[in-house]
Amino acid sequence: MKKTIYLILAIVLIIGSTMTFAGCGSSAKNLALVGSTSVQPLAQELADAYEKANPGVKIDVQGVGSTAGVNAAHDKTADIGMSSRDLTAEEKQWKMQEIVLALDGISVVINPENQTTDLSVEQIRKIFKGEITNWNQVGGKDAPILVVSREAGSGTRTAFEELTKVAVKKDGKDVSLLKADALVADGNGSIQANVAAKDNAIGYMSMGMVDKAVKAIKVDGVQPTVANVVAKQYSLSRPFLLLINGEAGEPAKAFMKFASSPEGKKIIGEHYIAVE
Amino acid sequence: MTPKNDLVAPVVNRRNLAEQSARFCFLFCALLAFASLVIIIAFLLIKGLPAIGKIGLWNFLTDTDWNPSNNQFGILSMITATLLSSLGALLISVVIGVLTAVFLAELATAKIARWLRFAIELLAGIPSVVFGFFGLVIIVPFIDRVAGGGGNSLLAAIIILSMMILPTIVSISEMSLRAVPREYKEGSLALGASQIQTIFRVLLPAAGSGVAAAIMLGLGRAIGETMAVILVSGNSPIMPGSLFDRVRTMTANIALEMGYASGLQQEALFATGVVLFVFIMLINGAVTVLAARSGVKR
Repeated sequence: MKKTIYLILAIVLIIGSTMTFAGCGSSAKNLALVGSTSVQPLAQELADAYEKANPGVKIDVQGVGSTAGVNAAHDKTADIGMSSRDLTAEEKQWKMQEIVLALDGISVVINPENQTTDLSVEQIRKIFKGEITNWNQVGGKDAPILVVSREAGSGTRTAFEELTKVAVKKDGKDVSLLKADALVADGNGSIQANVAAKDNAIGYMSMGMVDKAVKAIKVDGVQPTVANVVAKQYSLSRPFLLLINGEAGEPAKAFMKFASSPEGKKIIGEHYIAVE
Repeated sequence: MTPKNDLVAPVVNRRNLAEQSARFCFLFCALLAFASLVIIIAFLLIKGLPAIGKIGLWNFLTDTDWNPSNNQFGILSMITATLLSSLGALLISVVIGVLTAVFLAELATAKIARWLRFAIELLAGIPSVVFGFFGLVIIVPFIDRVAGGGGNSLLAAIIILSMMILPTIVSISEMSLRAVPREYKEGSLALGASQIQTIFRVLLPAAGSGVAAAIMLGLGRAIGETMAVILVSGNSPIMPGSLFDRVRTMTANIALEMGYASGLQQEALFATGVVLFVFIMLINGAVTVLAARSGVKR
């Protein structure tokens, strides 16, 4: 009698676990893109267009952060990893395929009420390091500057700190010198919401995601526009990388081909810079 | 009754297969809950302890600098932020919550009590991200206007947390007040004490350990709260010097950086989880002891 019970239990368990695994396994036409929250909106637009052109294909785009994207590509939990920063020396050793999907500018944004229109890279660096703390030190009104930053490890933050030298190299590693009391917001959207709500705030975010709630200022006198990034006039730009570990599967190859087709480039070109 | 079967109480009709298998099904479910706890604890310790070893327990707990890019992993500022925000929230919600519970249990008419209880239960059901969003659009701008500095602050976290733990404190305090034997109240009134005297001198002392359990449960929820706090506290990993400073709690630290972390940073976040877990264990231990002393059935 007891044996029968255990047998029934065992069968139920086995069936249960098989079904769970079957649910996780993807069919050949599915594709998972995982990584940077900055790349996510662009990847989603490309995925939507691609799904429309190829009915039956399902593309899953997840924005979880650049480092998580690099790791997901490396351990193959994602077909394609997305990163909004260059790979670190350690990550380069994993020898993954790196495809530059697009170039993106990083806009320095302030509240629309703020009359400041232009900051030099040096001023930006000093503001984020806490050496300049009042808007009147950069030609604005007398008000303390509220620095808004992304969380440690964010691709946008890593790229921004590298480009403005808020981070310095130490033992081959970028060490952030961001002022400790900076407000930390998680994601481009949260940066925008905070800067839009606070008169004296300054933050930075993906150029393709800036809207009218905040004001993107000139950096060294150059307006953050697609044209200026292409002309290499605007200094704060970084690549959006797609990462594949090992040989790309057919769905991944087809998606990449679509992204580099004229149609894909048109989508990229709306807010970002397509590359050859 | 074979000795092998002592995990489950014996069945009277042993031929009843349905009965027997149902019992094993219940046992299996009960074991699942226990197994998840064991697995989570093991997972936390395996992932977190190496970092504590590498950073050094003392440095990890007493250093105030958190800068993963410079291999600085000190969480004292976050422990402080967690304790200050939770205790601050308790200060507010214990006063309001216990008095509300007294009102509900002793003073309110049945109709008012029903509506009030309904409202408090509703408050408990609001998702934490909604609390956070409410804080972000109402409380943070208000603090910004009054005190400047952006508004994302320890104070904003305290206010939001106190709202979130209020239902826990009210409902458990009320239950323990109702668990006080009727004779106590009748005796006190018969001796000529007024209703308010009876409440403060007889009922509340008698319900004391139940109220204390309510407070500890509220504290546990405040310490564990993540989403709402991330939205309103500003998340700067610094030692708070005033109520208007930005703070980062331990839970916020884990949630903010886990998506981006790798290597030692990731291990340090798990180690933060271990510290948090120790805090929660202590609080739960206290709740168990206090609840056992009072008549409250949880």
